Amino acid sequence: MAELKYIEGYPENMRQEIEKVAKTREKRISYTPPAMTMKERDEVLKIHPDYAPGGKREIRVGPNKGNLAPNEVVDLLEAYPLIEHGDVNLSKIDYDADILIIGGGLAGTTASLWANDCGVPAERILLTNKLRHGDANSIMAEGGTQAADRGVDSVVKHYIDTIGGGHFANKPDVARTLVEDAPLIMKWLCELGAIFDREENGDLAEKLAGGLSVKRMHSCRDYTGLEEFRVLRDEFRTRQIHCLEHYPAIELLTEGSRVTGAVLWNLETGDYKIVRAKAIIIATGGYGRLHIRGFPTTNHYGATFDGVVLAYRAGAKLRDIDAVQYHPTGAAYPIQIVGYLLTEKLRGSGAQPVNADGEAFVYPLEPRDVEAASIIRECYVRNKGIITPTGLRGVWLDTPLIEIKNGKGYIEKAFPGMIRMYKRYDIDIRKDPVLVFPTLHYQNGGIETDRDGRTNVEGLWVAGEVSGGVHGKNRLMGNSTLDCLVFGRKAGMSTADYVKSQKGERKIALDHLKNYVQKLQQAGVKETRRAPIILPDYRGKAALARMIDVF
Amino acid sequence: MQENRSPIMDRIAEANKAATTGIDAKDIKDWITIYIMGKAYTVPADLTILTAMEYAGYKFVRGVGCRQGFCGACATVFRKKGDYKLQTGMACQTRAEDGMYLVQIPFSPAEKAEYDITKEPYEASVFIKYYPEVTRCVSCNTCTKACPQDLEVMDYIQAAIRGAFDSLSEVSFDCIQCGLCAIRCPAEIVQYNVAQLGRRMYGRYGQGVPEHLRKRVKEIAEGKFKQDMEKIIKCSTEELRKIYTEREKEPE
Repeated sequence: MAELKYIEGYPENMRQEIEKVAKTREKRISYTPPAMTMKERDEVLKIHPDYAPGGKREIRVGPNKGNLAPNEVVDLLEAYPLIEHGDVNLSKIDYDADILIIGGGLAGTTASLWANDCGVPAERILLTNKLRHGDANSIMAEGGTQAADRGVDSVVKHYIDTIGGGHFANKPDVARTLVEDAPLIMKWLCELGAIFDREENGDLAEKLAGGLSVKRMHSCRDYTGLEEFRVLRDEFRTRQIHCLEHYPAIELLTEGSRVTGAVLWNLETGDYKIVRAKAIIIATGGYGRLHIRGFPTTNHYGATFDGVVLAYRAGAKLRDIDAVQYHPTGAAYPIQIVGYLLTEKLRGSGAQPVNADGEAFVYPLEPRDVEAASIIRECYVRNKGIITPTGLRGVWLDTPLIEIKNGKGYIEKAFPGMIRMYKRYDIDIRKDPVLVFPTLHYQNGGIETDRDGRTNVEGLWVAGEVSGGVHGKNRLMGNSTLDCLVFGRKAGMSTADYVKSQKGERKIALDHLKNYVQKLQQAGVKETRRAPIILPDYRGKAALARMIDVF
Repeated sequence: MQENRSPIMDRIAEANKAATTGIDAKDIKDWITIYIMGKAYTVPADLTILTAMEYAGYKFVRGVGCRQGFCGACATVFRKKGDYKLQTGMACQTRAEDGMYLVQIPFSPAEKAEYDITKEPYEASVFIKYYPEVTRCVSCNTCTKACPQDLEVMDYIQAAIRGAFDSLSEVSFDCIQCGLCAIRCPAEIVQYNVAQLGRRMYGRYGQGVPEHLRKRVKEIAEGKFKQDMEKIIKCSTEELRKIYTEREKEPE
């Protein structure tokens, strides 16, 4: 692309397109397209990657046999294990814990703190991480956390917004816990020293977001998840809770139908550790790195669905696993940041999606699936998208509107992360719009949980994105960090309670794995795939073609 | 079979394949040479340091995390050919440039103090108690120059010494704790841990729990919403759909 001439970050042809956006901006200050009717929503959703044909198939084995799921998900559920019965020596136990937590994002870390608060000693809790403690989607949550704590708001309103956004498929008692515990969680974070955006009078500053009926979104600039997490990690480290890094779990261990431990694998040296535990909390997050339907993702490097794969083999039931969330506004230009998250808070603060003709074509705060489908329709059906030098299509997100609506200097204060990201490519989001296209964002369903984070498998809890039920078929913005915090807390408290009543010897075995492999064979699944995949592979094709496995 | 394909989805997947499956040399026109720990590699021109290293054949298990500039795992030090300056950046956020010599610093050994913030006084002495080395700051500003987030690191260390919790929090807020400041500091201060303590103190004592939040937590505990909630969770989907569609929306 050396021949392209760039003007303030954009090539000449895109620069010309931007002028059309600038021209209509004045008119659009006072014009917002109306929200869609339920019928219009249903119509546009036909083009959403979740509903467009060809993306899903039936699961052939396990507790959810017969259910539909994305092909990439079924590939992993029907994959063979990395280890077999007899591959690992289970007679030497490296860690004997009361509670093993797999995954150290917001959910896992919160669980450890509350288990500790409920009387489980720090040295009886083990938190293990695939990468470093905190290399998780949690810290990338930009926009905020919902909690109904203003006078005009109520937990009932939060509930209705949540289940409406979830297409009424949410588990009612679980969604109820989410909204009822939200203010308590906010208070806990404030007491631990998390710094939230405030009004002049010291009240929490709150914003609208997609699918919300009331301003309820709390944020910490555009580093909300990072701020929440680093406060919790600081507390975690202060309490000296036992922590392993670069040790992903590659299989659970069982005794009959209950889980009793896990095999951890040293990512750097390749040796394994055996953990025995009275209770296990899986908090491994989601599956963005599976690149479902070939979409880029907002997710961190380790978001590869491992936790669900492990639990499923041990008999855990899944729900709403067919529903994938695509964030409406991922970056579509420049190529270096394709798929990266442009928080919904931008639209909550006044930025509008605008097509190639400079028209605002969609209400900016539809639920995420509706908003995403509308952008895909604009680009690929109505052909009103903008094409990048590498052939991607996108629509504009008119960020300069934010300062027209909120005053000069607002973007720098509220979106320092965004400014920084684009500045590295010479783009000033205060002056120019940015190009966006939907990106793979969130695993709506997962391992079915109850309101305490408990699964159908004895000894097994889940919290955060890995779980299914609370968000139904579609999660609202600000309910993911909240999910991690509320159900991390619940799982921590519930496991603390459980382990106190657990006496007696626990055996650890891999019998469940043997059974699962048998089922795969009976179903005629070929042994071509192995899981968990642990990390995706982005090595260049030329380098891979000449690799020799010597050591 | 025909209805089991979506041409639009196929087009989207094709357009995105460089970001989802690794780069194919035949799609690339412009090339540069970078030196990873001294060894030369020819890589596509439009990549970050992280994706350039992947193109070269590295599969990361260290020095990578979120890939989007939030986690601080991919701290990198580099020099450009003919330039005396030692520069720093996050591998996932820095463009790979021709003639770059680079190495990653995926871990920085650092002391983190143990404290219970509920028991500490809200004054400057808390920094002296837990991180006495802050007083060794010679105001050389090397930390600031090292910061990939362009934060005024030295300024917030000075704020800590003065006990200015608010300005420490304001200036250090966007810190991703990559550790590059601490690695470069001649006074061996661990700036990002000092800031973490300071921000938590400010969050707890400078900001505190606002009254409206305290009130709502109390209302929930007293069962203010219990009746309405129990009614609503028993509603049929049809009833809920109606309530949802007809609900009032707060204006922007």
